[in-house]
Amino acid sequence: MIFLRRQLPLLITMITGLLFAGQYYVPHPASEQLLTSATKWLQIIGGFALVLGVTSLFHQHAAKIRRKEAGWGYSLVLYAAMLGTVAVGLWANGKEIVDGAMTSFGWVYSFMMVPLQGTMFAILAFFIASAAYRSFRARSHEAAVLLIAAVIVMMGRVPLGEYLIPLSGDVSQWILNVLNASVRRAILIGVSLGAVALSFKIIFGVERSYLGGGKE
Amino acid sequence: MRRGIVWSLAHIAMQYAWLCSPPFVQAELTPPDNVQVIDTPNDGGESLTVLWTPHAVDGPDARYQILLGDAGVTEPASMKVIAEFPADTRFVKEVKAAWWTRKGEKTWHQYVLRNGKEVELKDGTVYTVTVALLRGEERAVGQLVQADPAPNWFNWNQVNNLILALSFGGLVFYAISHARRNDIFLRRIPGLDAVDEAIGRSTELGKPILYLTGAHDMSDPSTIAAAVILGRVAKRTAAYETELMVPHRDPITMAVCQEITKQAYLEAGKPDLFKEDSNFFITSDQFSYTAAVDGIMLRKKPAANFFMGAYFAESLLLTETGASTGAIQIAGTDSDHQLPFFVTTCDYTLIGEELYAASAYLSKEPIQIGTLRGQDIGKAVILSVILIGTAAATIGVLTGAQWPSLFLELFKDLK
Repeated sequence: MIFLRRQLPLLITMITGLLFAGQYYVPHPASEQLLTSATKWLQIIGGFALVLGVTSLFHQHAAKIRRKEAGWGYSLVLYAAMLGTVAVGLWANGKEIVDGAMTSFGWVYSFMMVPLQGTMFAILAFFIASAAYRSFRARSHEAAVLLIAAVIVMMGRVPLGEYLIPLSGDVSQWILNVLNASVRRAILIGVSLGAVALSFKIIFGVERSYLGGGKE
Repeated sequence: MRRGIVWSLAHIAMQYAWLCSPPFVQAELTPPDNVQVIDTPNDGGESLTVLWTPHAVDGPDARYQILLGDAGVTEPASMKVIAEFPADTRFVKEVKAAWWTRKGEKTWHQYVLRNGKEVELKDGTVYTVTVALLRGEERAVGQLVQADPAPNWFNWNQVNNLILALSFGGLVFYAISHARRNDIFLRRIPGLDAVDEAIGRSTELGKPILYLTGAHDMSDPSTIAAAVILGRVAKRTAAYETELMVPHRDPITMAVCQEITKQAYLEAGKPDLFKEDSNFFITSDQFSYTAAVDGIMLRKKPAANFFMGAYFAESLLLTETGASTGAIQIAGTDSDHQLPFFVTTCDYTLIGEELYAASAYLSKEPIQIGTLRGQDIGKAVILSVILIGTAAATIGVLTGAQWPSLFLELFKDLK
């Protein structure tokens, strides 16, 4: 049993990890074919995993409705929306447009999903304003530096700002291209080394807590 | 006086000498020299590379043609013109290939024929290829050469990448074995010191802890790092008997995190407190997920929010909502483009590699700490290469020497 739970997954991880790390260096069509097949397999497994996800979602909200937890009405809305969308999707055979006419499924997508997603994204503008207000209060030296840099960059990125302070365009570019880019690259170097080290640890079974912890 | 007359006569003679000489004749156009056709190295096949030496008439007025025909072709007239370009273009030095894989001198011409709409090249089939030089109405065709394309089993352009990756891997494992025998200093990371504080605060307030694993699936190292940290956090929430909520965007990540959480509760000696639905799936859609998590934050008011893994536009929507509820917030991400949002709205932010270091910091295991030492040595090597490279490039520009470019190319295009 321990073999199935620990050693077999570690063995599969090591073999596939080494295989696909090596695949990067092999330009042969067989190598490309291997990658394509593996990607398709992953998609298929992902499809099955979605069943797990949807089951979890249904279970979670069914429990909320049963217990009449705070906001259980939203769970009812979720059930209605999900089952309704599945019903119209089946009715329209999964197509949004048939013979140039929008199906009910297409209507749900275009006039419900897209505006809702757009609304969420649009809220971001207000959140940026409120986050900027809290961050740019010059309560410390670091915040003051952040405030000054942000003001210069903002002025330099809009025509009116550059008209009012002509130098702001060049200074803004310098801040972005020199200071910002160098810090980003430093972060990326650290991230890349961290990711490579983690990959090595996983491939060779040094890091195994993703299997559910334990040291056996 | 006589001397002046002689000078004048000489001058007149020089001016009109061309009348007596034969008319100027342009040298006859010679065909391109040393035409070589080879299978394109380091590729997936269906491609041929043509190389030839520079010609005396190379310039914007002359043009080259690449001709392709079947194996049995002996007459250039029956070959198809595949490409035509000015004679001062298409050099070996312009091709994106490492110096150790170049098949000709940098000054030679090179043209790569690939299978496509215009050209049909099949692996294992022999083709006849040549180069023609055109100047005005003149045309000189080079030697006909036969070659067949074939796929390759190794891309030698990336051998530097492989050597560096293996060296770094060796370094990491050496550092791990070193860490098993010696104590290694680990600098404090305030964001991770605050993990206990955040869990303790949640326990005192009797409120849950919200833990997010990011936008990516389990194939992304940042999600794996987030899942590993979840194990440590779950162990402490189990010990403190605090409720843990982990909403997911990916079902596979959810399944993995369920196992990790279960194991953490077992290790903490509180298996009875483990709830299967502490890890739950919401949706894969970015903003639907964001709306749902924002709703959880506003309804359940968790006392601590953890944002680990990769994030995109949803980062600020999540953290700003969390900040509005008064929760202590700890973020850790390698998404450098979202770092400013996390820094401005969270109490603590693990920047970039600190996300990968978190597991070592929380566990204090020699294996994990050794990995960090390996990464630090790797960074020191990269810094040294940057310094040496900057100096070499500067010397190259100032002196015009070629050797710095050989060194610089070793570290070019590393992915």
